[in-house]
Amino acid sequence: MNPVNYLYLAALLFTIGAAGVLIRRNAIVVFMCIELMLNACNLTLVAFSRMHGNLDGQIIAFFVMVVAAAEVVVGLAIIVSLFRSRHSASVDDASLMKL
Amino acid sequence: MENLIALLIAAPLLGAVVLLCGGRRLDRTGHWLGTALAGASFLIGVVLFAGMLGESADERTLHQRLFSWIPVEGFQADIAFQLDQLSMTFVLLITGVGTLIHIYSIGYMEHDERRRRFFGYLNLFLSAMLLLVLADNYLLLYFGWEGVGLASYLLIGFWQHKPSAATAAKKAFLVNRVGDIGLSIAIMLMFTTFGTFAFGPVLGSVGETGEGTLTAIGLMLLLAACGKSAQVPLQSWLGDAMEGPTPVSALIHAATMVTAGVYLIVRSGAIFNAAPDAQLVVVVVGAVTLLFGAVVGCAKDDIKKALAGSTMSQIGYMILAAGLGPIGYVFAIMHLVTHGFFKAGLFLGAGSVMHGMNDEVDMRKYGGLRKHMPITFVTFGLGYLAIIGFPGLSGFFSKDKIIESAFAKGGAEGWILGAVTLLGAAITAFYMTRVMLMTFFGEKRWQPDAEGHEPHPHESPRSMTIPMIVLAFGSVFAGGFFGIGDRFLNWLEPVTGYDHGHAPISAATVTTATVVVLLIGVGVAWLMYGRRPVPVLAPRGSLLTRAARRDLYQDDINHAVLVRGGEHLTRSLVYVDHTLVDGVVNGTAASVGGLSGRLRKMQNGYARSYAVSMFGGTAVLIAATLLMRAV
Repeated sequence: MNPVNYLYLAALLFTIGAAGVLIRRNAIVVFMCIELMLNACNLTLVAFSRMHGNLDGQIIAFFVMVVAAAEVVVGLAIIVSLFRSRHSASVDDASLMKL
Repeated sequence: MENLIALLIAAPLLGAVVLLCGGRRLDRTGHWLGTALAGASFLIGVVLFAGMLGESADERTLHQRLFSWIPVEGFQADIAFQLDQLSMTFVLLITGVGTLIHIYSIGYMEHDERRRRFFGYLNLFLSAMLLLVLADNYLLLYFGWEGVGLASYLLIGFWQHKPSAATAAKKAFLVNRVGDIGLSIAIMLMFTTFGTFAFGPVLGSVGETGEGTLTAIGLMLLLAACGKSAQVPLQSWLGDAMEGPTPVSALIHAATMVTAGVYLIVRSGAIFNAAPDAQLVVVVVGAVTLLFGAVVGCAKDDIKKALAGSTMSQIGYMILAAGLGPIGYVFAIMHLVTHGFFKAGLFLGAGSVMHGMNDEVDMRKYGGLRKHMPITFVTFGLGYLAIIGFPGLSGFFSKDKIIESAFAKGGAEGWILGAVTLLGAAITAFYMTRVMLMTFFGEKRWQPDAEGHEPHPHESPRSMTIPMIVLAFGSVFAGGFFGIGDRFLNWLEPVTGYDHGHAPISAATVTTATVVVLLIGVGVAWLMYGRRPVPVLAPRGSLLTRAARRDLYQDDINHAVLVRGGEHLTRSLVYVDHTLVDGVVNGTAASVGGLSGRLRKMQNGYARSYAVSMFGGTAVLIAATLLMRAV
């Protein structure tokens, strides 16, 4: 199969993730969309690695996964404590600006 | 010998410091100290004069350099003195008349509780005036120039509890300031042109300088002279300066300080000789002022203001003579010295009259005082004969020489100037005769004042009459001593130079004409004030009389042009400031405020909108990068 198709898929996934971050209010969903974008990037890296016959991209994909796992831990902790104090997981409710 | 020069200045300066800082414990002895130090300065002057006479005419100039005042690379100002024949003449006049007036003030200011301070100021004046005439560079001269201005201000306003005196002092100071700006600009011009302001280098290198620059310097020096010497257009302060105690009027506003302008012009003679345009302006100023002062002097009923008008007019003569160039320098200074004697004498006489008349200054309330004050009458009378130029007395010799010099200028200019000086001589004779007749002749016109005290005119104490007698001697004999055998001319010529000019008419004709106009002036005054009684209340008078009583509207003109003009200028400046400058500043602030108000809306706290801008920005960046690649 032509590896370029993986790139199309990755672009589609990234766009879905970005749209989710911009549109959805629920912090959990926004968070999952960020993961989706990260994984789209991973897919791109692996695809390029395959296309160029070079292992660098796969190695970076592992790094990204590690960082994403760490991020999930911190991010979920923040969301949980936010929900406890505000009884809402909406990202818009977290604004404290006086407009 | 030259080490004595600094002592001339130091003696009165010491007096000023001790008297002004010494406090009340000097109240009983201070006036003696002040007088003694003025006298000491005079004695030093006499010693120096005797030493100078021993030298030959070309080696009479002495220099003393005390210390470097402002030592900066390319800008050298020294405290250094130069004593030549011109300075010597002034030193003797200043210290001599100054000492006499100190003695006079002991009696005149006897009942004033601030007498010690008065003598301190007088000493301060003497030291500043001596500094002015002894300086060997223009910057130090400027220092003395400001010093006499300060002393004049302090002394005019000495009776500061009188609002009129305080105002007069401020007026004198402000008007003088206009002239001082001229002097400072002249000094700056000299520095940029010659790179120095010492007399020797500046006056020596005049030949290598363009006439335009010299004319500018000359005009600025003239402006300075106009301020200090009360010449048109800066004349308005002198009449009001008579608010000061009479010895001050005699010393500062008749004999010495007001002649500083003449000194400045004669000292800078080399500059004026090379700038005929500036000279012409000097002559015009002198001619206008000599008529202006004379006309004002004719109408004033206040004896001191009449004498002030006369001072202005006589200094006009000197300025005119100084403007004639080498023809007139010597005679300007000669008239200055004789004028110093007789005008100081006249003022002291006026002070003596006021002393006996409960400080009344209105001549219409005098009359017949010759029986009550014989010594004052005789000394004042001799001063009177000297100032009108009665043949044989001081004023005759000096004024006659100036009239001759005016004719000797040659051409139409010479005729006009000669006519003006002759006319001035006639008016001088008229107004001085008027003063004399109204004060000492006729019937007594004084009345009890508001509290019922009738004045009892009496002769003044001896401390006051002796200086008057000495000055009367000077008024009688100085002119003859200077004039006969050209003594004064030979004495000053090495410094100022001399030129005969081209006299269109003989000296004898001029002298005859002078005597004739003198007799006409005296005769007219006698017809108006001697033959018929003087009314106690001033009659309304003709248009000219009324104008002259108001000093030919000098204050009205100043008010209309300068005060109103200044007010309008400041008002429009304030308007521009409020609308334009404030408008720009406030507008900028408002637009920045408005813009940031809009921009603030972008910081709304919604994480998603920040994310939109991040995504948008990234998209734009990527698009731009791709576009650049494609191109």
